[in-house]
Amino acid sequence: MDPLRRSPSPCSPQASSPESPPCEMLGYVGIEAVLDQLKIKAMKMGFEFNIMVVGQSGLGKSTMVNTLFKSKMWKSTPPGLGGPTPQTLQLHSVTHVIEENGVKLKLTVTDTPGFGDQINNDKCWDPILGYINEKYEQYLQEELLITRQRHIPDSRVHCCVYFVPPTGHCLRPLDIEFLQRLCRTVNVVPVIARADSLTIEEREAFRRRIQHNLKTHSIEVYPQKCFDEDVNDRILNSRIRDRIPFAVVGADREHMVNGRCVLGRKTKWGIIEVENMAHCEFPLLRDLLIRSHLQDLKDITHNVHYENYRVIRLNQSHVLPRGPGWVNLAPAPPCQPSSPGLTKVCRWAQDNSDEDS
Amino acid sequence: MDKEYVGFAALPNQLHRKSVKKGFDFTLMVAGESGLGKSTLINSLFLTNLYEDRQVPEASARLTQTLTIERRGVEIEEGGIKVKLTLVDTPGFGDSVDCSDCWLPVVRFIEEQFEQYLRDESGLNRKNIQDSRVHCCLYFISPFGRGLRPLDVAFLRAVHEKVNIIPVIGKADALMPKETQALKQKIREQLKEEEINIYQFPDCDSDEDEDFKRQDAEMKESIPFAVVGSCEVVRDGTRPVRGRRYSWGTVEVENPHHCDFLNLRRMLVQTHLQDLKEVTHDLLYEGYRARCLQSLARPGARDRASRSKLSRQSATEIPLPMLPLADTEKLIREKDEELRRMQEMLEKMQAQMQQSQAQGEQSDAL
Repeated sequence: MDPLRRSPSPCSPQASSPESPPCEMLGYVGIEAVLDQLKIKAMKMGFEFNIMVVGQSGLGKSTMVNTLFKSKMWKSTPPGLGGPTPQTLQLHSVTHVIEENGVKLKLTVTDTPGFGDQINNDKCWDPILGYINEKYEQYLQEELLITRQRHIPDSRVHCCVYFVPPTGHCLRPLDIEFLQRLCRTVNVVPVIARADSLTIEEREAFRRRIQHNLKTHSIEVYPQKCFDEDVNDRILNSRIRDRIPFAVVGADREHMVNGRCVLGRKTKWGIIEVENMAHCEFPLLRDLLIRSHLQDLKDITHNVHYENYRVIRLNQSHVLPRGPGWVNLAPAPPCQPSSPGLTKVCRWAQDNSDEDS
Repeated sequence: MDKEYVGFAALPNQLHRKSVKKGFDFTLMVAGESGLGKSTLINSLFLTNLYEDRQVPEASARLTQTLTIERRGVEIEEGGIKVKLTLVDTPGFGDSVDCSDCWLPVVRFIEEQFEQYLRDESGLNRKNIQDSRVHCCLYFISPFGRGLRPLDVAFLRAVHEKVNIIPVIGKADALMPKETQALKQKIREQLKEEEINIYQFPDCDSDEDEDFKRQDAEMKESIPFAVVGSCEVVRDGTRPVRGRRYSWGTVEVENPHHCDFLNLRRMLVQTHLQDLKEVTHDLLYEGYRARCLQSLARPGARDRASRSKLSRQSATEIPLPMLPLADTEKLIREKDEELRRMQEMLEKMQAQMQQSQAQGEQSDAL
């Protein structure tokens, strides 16, 4: 595995592999400087992150993206304005390079206007699945070339944020159909959108019901239980899994509250502060997506979802189109034993291929 | 005695006494996607717990659910007058992935009520006609969308000529004031564009005072009503109010600055309940009846569509229109048979009487 791809996750210390016993150090060697080297290399190269937002119109997707990255990625349209809802689902991508403390992030956000807005929403998830698979295919083609680029541009979707409308009851049939299909292809993070219409008790009840629905329909959202590498991961992720889906509110206007300037929504009965944990769980979402699990999202996309896709494609290799610099494909790689979740994932791959054939 | 005073100024009192005795019945339909606060609003409007034993269906149940029509009745008494309120609910509306034609059961239900009334009105015993026609439909629009969604437009177009529609924005506490205004404006534009006729609150008389006129104009401006419902009483500072408590503040349901609940309650319950019934009867029902009878009329005789069409001569020859109620024709035929038999009996009795009279006269003469 390319060392740059397999970057160490910040939460767990480097676990020594079970085969080689730890060796006693007789003095300071300076191996730990390799971490600095990795960091310098990463900062020079910059990071890429591709996120997709899915949900009905008016649930605050564009506003949420603006709030997450604290920049006007999009002009969020207020209700009542904006053009008519598109008749079919369209996918719309925007790329920005944002920089913070010398670290450059090339961020691509894909929006899906028209999702779930029609009278008949059957198969409205097909264009989205098609887009995700298309990105995997692009990456696969680049990987198969004889002379590969040094750094393959990564346009695969690393995370899909699904906005659940705050009905307060439970997941709708459309939500369940979509989540079932997408969780097998991409990391999905469901959130309760526009949560300022639910009180704290209603939110908790709604959350529990959604969790129960997800379990009943075997929908594994990010962070998936089977990919927890060690105890620390499991503890951290369990805490996150307990709060998923986060009840979020997005805002891109600032207001003065107690002398501080905060992002929020001002109503006649109070100001909803977006970054106040007592008001909504936006900080949890931001921390998950950006501050703590960004690299993990990319790793799982690369190691699990992309590999799944690759296995399916290689099994169909007799129909794989011959691109420039075509290489005769070796038989499909065996399942890697180190990652315990992959066996489950291989089962998913087989299910997928059963469905396709 | 005062020659100029006739005394019919007391007529309204007589009417009042009669209606108190008779009672008042009203059928209200609520429609809209699930999760927009319909049940909570109804409970708040009528201050009853109509939905006490309500079970929200589980997600897996919803996957196979189709639209059902549920009727709930409650008797509310206030100030000596009894109101028999029937609530028609449409659970399952807009829930499935494919909602094509999901409004058809609702349209059929409304027309069935008209059909029933038409049959009762044309029948023999008209003493106790039960008026189960839908007098008003509160349609809930989502505050999260960008105005009316395709499903909303399709539903409203299907029912707007059959029932009084009052559009309402549910869960309006999700919106900031500017957003509420923009959304209302957009919905009004869309309603005009799609030529959907919602219930028009009648203009107030020209002799009302300016204050009342201004209030009336304000209320009309706030259509569609942006409402928040709650049956819980929370303490906001010192006084208890009905509202929803959030960590950033409390929404008061009965505060006109927070939402339009008071406007809706005033216009629906306090001032326009009777008008809604009248519009249903005079406009919508008559429209239905005219359409129904015109389709009954033979081709070429369309202008003779009057009440006499349902008399003995024509009813049995012409099949019934539109709604596939299997026993309607049979019932009408039965009633006509009855009528004919009674007529024959009457004639026989008359003939017998004449005969006995004639015999009596003869015997007298003899």
